[in-house]
Amino acid sequence: MKEYFNNIFTALYTIFVGMKITFRHLFIPAVTIQYPDVKLKLPERERNRLYVNMDDCIGCDQCSRACPVSCIEIETVKSIPGEDLGKTSNGKKKVLWVTKFNIDFAKCCYCQLCVFPCPTECIYMTDVYEFSEYERENLIYDFVTLTPEEREQKKLNYEKFMAEKAAADAAAKQAPKEEPKKES
Amino acid sequence: MIYEFFNNLFGSEIIAGFIAASLPLLIFILPFALIAVLLERKVAGHMQDRLGPMRVGYHGILQTVADIIKLLQKEDIIARDNDKLLFNIAPILVFAGSYAAFAAIPFTSAYIGANIDLGIFYIIAVTGLVVAGILMAGWASNNKYSLLGAMRSAAQIVSYEIPTILVVLTLVMFTGTTNLMTLSENQTALFWNWNIFGGPELSLAKFLLIPFMIIAFLIIYISTLAEVNRTPFDIPEAESELVSGYHTEYSGMKFAMFFLAEYANMFAVSAIVSALFFGGYHSPFGYLGNTLDIQWLIPVEQFFWFTFKGVFFVFVQMWLRWTLPRLRVDQLMTASWKYLIPIAFVNLLIVGIITLI
Ligand code: SF4
Ligand code: SF4
Repeated sequence: MKEYFNNIFTALYTIFVGMKITFRHLFIPAVTIQYPDVKLKLPERERNRLYVNMDDCIGCDQCSRACPVSCIEIETVKSIPGEDLGKTSNGKKKVLWVTKFNIDFAKCCYCQLCVFPCPTECIYMTDVYEFSEYERENLIYDFVTLTPEEREQKKLNYEKFMAEKAAADAAAKQAPKEEPKKES
Repeated sequence: MIYEFFNNLFGSEIIAGFIAASLPLLIFILPFALIAVLLERKVAGHMQDRLGPMRVGYHGILQTVADIIKLLQKEDIIARDNDKLLFNIAPILVFAGSYAAFAAIPFTSAYIGANIDLGIFYIIAVTGLVVAGILMAGWASNNKYSLLGAMRSAAQIVSYEIPTILVVLTLVMFTGTTNLMTLSENQTALFWNWNIFGGPELSLAKFLLIPFMIIAFLIIYISTLAEVNRTPFDIPEAESELVSGYHTEYSGMKFAMFFLAEYANMFAVSAIVSALFFGGYHSPFGYLGNTLDIQWLIPVEQFFWFTFKGVFFVFVQMWLRWTLPRLRVDQLMTASWKYLIPIAFVNLLIVGIITLI
């Protein structure tokens, strides 16, 4: 019998304790952050989408080789004499045309390993983390600043230059051989 | 009265009756449901230190309007193995049951749908339709979760009807009337005359009654809470175990009907509790209309107080919902049969004896 009334008392008492707590929380300011309008400040060394500053890239392929998931694809073409590619910001002379620089962010695991080996510090992490896409192909980012025609042009230029050089070489090789023949 | 007014205006009893009957739905239940759903989400949010809906309109005030539009556009899905007839009737029945209760609820001294002498018993009887509707919905859905939810709901409503009726009986014995209008009229003037403070007659019995009236109020509040399936008595729609109980299979407008019925029910039981114990539509401090001698102001004030009391109790229901965890089935039955019913009986006896003296 005593337990019976005790139960009733505890039930009512604990309900009121709980209600007091919830009522107090009604007036505590909400901790919600209205995400797309208000964004939390990101930590200093956060790792998000990569960016490549192509003005500084010398096409050395070191980032691609460092990547554990091989999501960076680089193709380069040598420049021909007379072409001036300019210098990087830390004074290195650029000699390669970068005709392909694709990073597949669907594969990238944001490990930042590609960032450290870069000799010119032109590949780095940005603070962009909202880049979802409906198609996986759209996650392949092309960083090359040249237009597709220019890339073709550079390749052709180089091939032509090489062909010319090969022809010149062949001509140079043949010429000395023929001369002694005539003499003898 | 409103009905006579429309009768004179249109000269036809049918049109007048039709308009008078749809009045509470259009001017009261729908807006109330819209506001209550938003209130519920806001209260829930702020009690958990969140914000609740914030996107549609200023601080999300148009959220429920958007939700209703979404529900209206939704496809009305009927699964292949459903019992089509029962499946379609069930939401109508549930809504009709809770809407019919509003007929006997006095909104102001000038408006009551039907001023029947057995008002309070009519309400209890007609809300019984809801149980039938819920069972139908659960059975016709052909879904084990729905059926389980419906059976739990029926068991719960039936067993909690007993303490409710016992407390109503106490009040009927004390006031000598079952007409909600008269019941409210008895508790007029100041809040000291409310039934929770022992009724309008000033005597020793009044003071003796106060503790027992408070007990009676607690019992009826708890049991009506169970009857409308609110937490902590929400096992019929326990989201975590039964998906959402008897209306799992419903979509679109039919789901909206269940939802509307649930919120209409919440207000109906709150209105009954306030009519029984807290003076119904009466103001606790007297009327401005009396002081200023403007007669038409009084019903407006009464409507305000009635809504205020109703919404207050609805708020307490929400408050409890976000405070208490859900009861187990056996605990639910224990609470009703071992605690509420015996106490209600003893309370009935004591109040009877005190009233006799
Ligand atoms: S962050 Fe890691 S995975 Fe992504 S490109 Fe760089 S090395 Fe590859
Ligand atoms: S390591 Fe730096 S410079 Fe070398 S290819 Fe990558 S981005 Fe370009």
